[in-house]
Amino acid sequence: MTPDLPTPDLLYSEVEEELRASVRSLLDHHCRPNAVLARCEGDQPYDLALWATLAGQLGLAGLAVPEEHGGAGAGPREVAVVLEELGRRVAPVPYLGSAVLATTALIACGAAEALPELASGTRRAALAVPFTTAPGAAFPTAVTAEAGTLTGRVTSVADGSVADLLVVPAIGTDGPGLYAVEVGGAGVEVVRRTSLDLTRPVADVILAGAAARRLAEAETAVAALDRALLTGAGLLASEQLGVAEWCLTTTVAYLKERRQFARPLGSFQALKHRLADLWLETVGARAAARYAADALASGSPDAAVAVALAQSHCGALAVRAAEECIQLHGGIGMTWEHPAHLYLKRAKADQLALGTPGFHRAALAELVALGA
Amino acid sequence: MDLLGRVRALLADHPPAGTAPLDFLRARFDAGLAWVHFPVGLGGLGLARSEQAVLEAELAAAGAPDNNPRRIGIGLGMAAPTILRYGTEEQKARFLRPLWTGEEVWCQLFSEPGAGSDLAALAARAVLGEDGVWTVDGQKVWTSTAHTARWAILLARTDPAVPKHRGITYFVCDMTDPGVEVRPLRQITGEAEFNEVFLTGVRIPDAHRLGAVGEGWQVAQTTLNNERVAIGGQAAPRESGMIGVVAEVWRNRPELRTPELHQRLLKGWADAEVVRLTGERLRQQLALGQPGPEGAAMKLAFARLAQELSSLELELLGEEGLHYDDWTMTRPEVVDFTGREAGYRYLRAKGNSIEGGTSEILRNIIAERVLGLPAEPRADKDLPWKDVPR
Repeated sequence: MTPDLPTPDLLYSEVEEELRASVRSLLDHHCRPNAVLARCEGDQPYDLALWATLAGQLGLAGLAVPEEHGGAGAGPREVAVVLEELGRRVAPVPYLGSAVLATTALIACGAAEALPELASGTRRAALAVPFTTAPGAAFPTAVTAEAGTLTGRVTSVADGSVADLLVVPAIGTDGPGLYAVEVGGAGVEVVRRTSLDLTRPVADVILAGAAARRLAEAETAVAALDRALLTGAGLLASEQLGVAEWCLTTTVAYLKERRQFARPLGSFQALKHRLADLWLETVGARAAARYAADALASGSPDAAVAVALAQSHCGALAVRAAEECIQLHGGIGMTWEHPAHLYLKRAKADQLALGTPGFHRAALAELVALGA
Repeated sequence: MDLLGRVRALLADHPPAGTAPLDFLRARFDAGLAWVHFPVGLGGLGLARSEQAVLEAELAAAGAPDNNPRRIGIGLGMAAPTILRYGTEEQKARFLRPLWTGEEVWCQLFSEPGAGSDLAALAARAVLGEDGVWTVDGQKVWTSTAHTARWAILLARTDPAVPKHRGITYFVCDMTDPGVEVRPLRQITGEAEFNEVFLTGVRIPDAHRLGAVGEGWQVAQTTLNNERVAIGGQAAPRESGMIGVVAEVWRNRPELRTPELHQRLLKGWADAEVVRLTGERLRQQLALGQPGPEGAAMKLAFARLAQELSSLELELLGEEGLHYDDWTMTRPEVVDFTGREAGYRYLRAKGNSIEGGTSEILRNIIAERVLGLPAEPRADKDLPWKDVPR
């Protein structure tokens, strides 16, 4: 039932720790909670100046892009570390949508043309599927292709509202294909939705005979889309880990400081036990998220299991961590001015994204021969 | 000679096929290949702890006998590191070799009926006579292997007039002393894995004291830390342990499946795999000499998982879950989760969150030592032990 699997590397390398330190230091200066909060009700919830710094100064947008296409030639393990840090800050940048989902799809189908500009961060892309689409799902049929144009409507696209380029799965007369569509062209409309997640709002894409360039067809298109979704789901676990870690750390700090009944709240056993349990699940989440990143990076035959496992654990954990954070902050946790709600909104949206925990557990059933 | 050279020399001089297991184990100890991180002359070579895996793999491949570490787990995991750190040269020379070869089994006389999680509240008294011999009176409980043990590590109160942590002394107790009475303590499973131990006028020479008088609590910390860190050097394969048992029932018995049990099975499978990976991550950290706080998490996670999965197994079995394999009172030397039927697993797993530090105490440890949360106020902290209400 269980294949002989190579032992994964579940630790962080020195290079990865250095990467983490530089991302964290930059976010400490340029991504403060109050600024994130102030931004999310304005016209532009995304911090594109921060994006330019992350992409330009640290080269993060091109981390997983091969060097010959202008990237750093790193892989999922490094990208996962970046996502942990971005999650810890609920950073309003289109990293997951552009640098992970769309970029992975383009690399997987060998469409190198757009990669240098995406890697440098001068342009942004989005994968035009509902953010809830899970790896292994049926190929989307919302968009149809005809004579080099696309028509259809794709709802709830992650990071869609700031994309310059859309990577669109569509069905033509000859079957599935993956297409590139320029935003701003005739017949392309992107409508920002009011979103649960204020720091990564979703947008609808409406295509009415939009000019499109075919990137891949048939099995190549199907495989490229699935690779992007699998990679996205696996690495989303690291973002969820980062969200959970912020919630845990912030709550611990608050309970050490806040006094009630003439004692620090953190000295009450009932609260300590809840935080110990949360910590325990976070420790598990780190192991699961690292395993997913490592399995994706090494091309492990166990990658699908690793991703489903990480998603089934980390999605629920991040939500629970954010819920505990709000509850244990008491009334302050319910206020708009405390950033905890940003984390709950991100955590809950992430739980729905790229397959729910229940979906991924069902996927495990097939993968590990435990079918109903 | 390098480590592998020494292992091969041992195997050449004492071919496992033609050597009595005990002779092989004695030779292995004398060659410094028992626990390589121990000092030369005490079964070790003073090497890094991580080298042990190399040697274990080489010996296992050669078919060498092992010292049945599960049977002598208390000696290996708790007594040995404590003796190594606090013992005199005479004590180390006397105790470590037969401990490691399994010739002498050890048990642990710490817990008492009135002092479980609050271990420092213990009441067994040790009084030093003018002849330099201590006399011990008291009762201990939950003592596994007491009925097979030759020696015990013992905590006793030597000064009731000071606060509880300060008046305790640590001893090595001879279990063959006439004042030692071991009574089986029958458990929820029907078997008697543990014992009660009654100590009546037990005489312990001062040479069998470990560490200074009144400093038994500090010595015990070494023992207890080693108890909780006891995590194997080997990677555990997927579906090892309780989840493997349940998964096999699921696969082999399709007639038992229901949608609700399927959901719980998958949740349990994922939880088990996350715990396994957490253990694997800890193992990788330890191999690099970077012990992380994850050690404290493992026991807690394992206990919860074992209880959920063994409970699920009984429900999955349905009508068969109403049966029990054997209520006969036996006195097993080791706990064998997979050698018994589902009902036994369900009942025995209840102890996983109690033995070796309850889950509640482990959560306190995580909250205070890992997360840095403040301790609860303690009413008995500065009171002399004799004045604490009880």
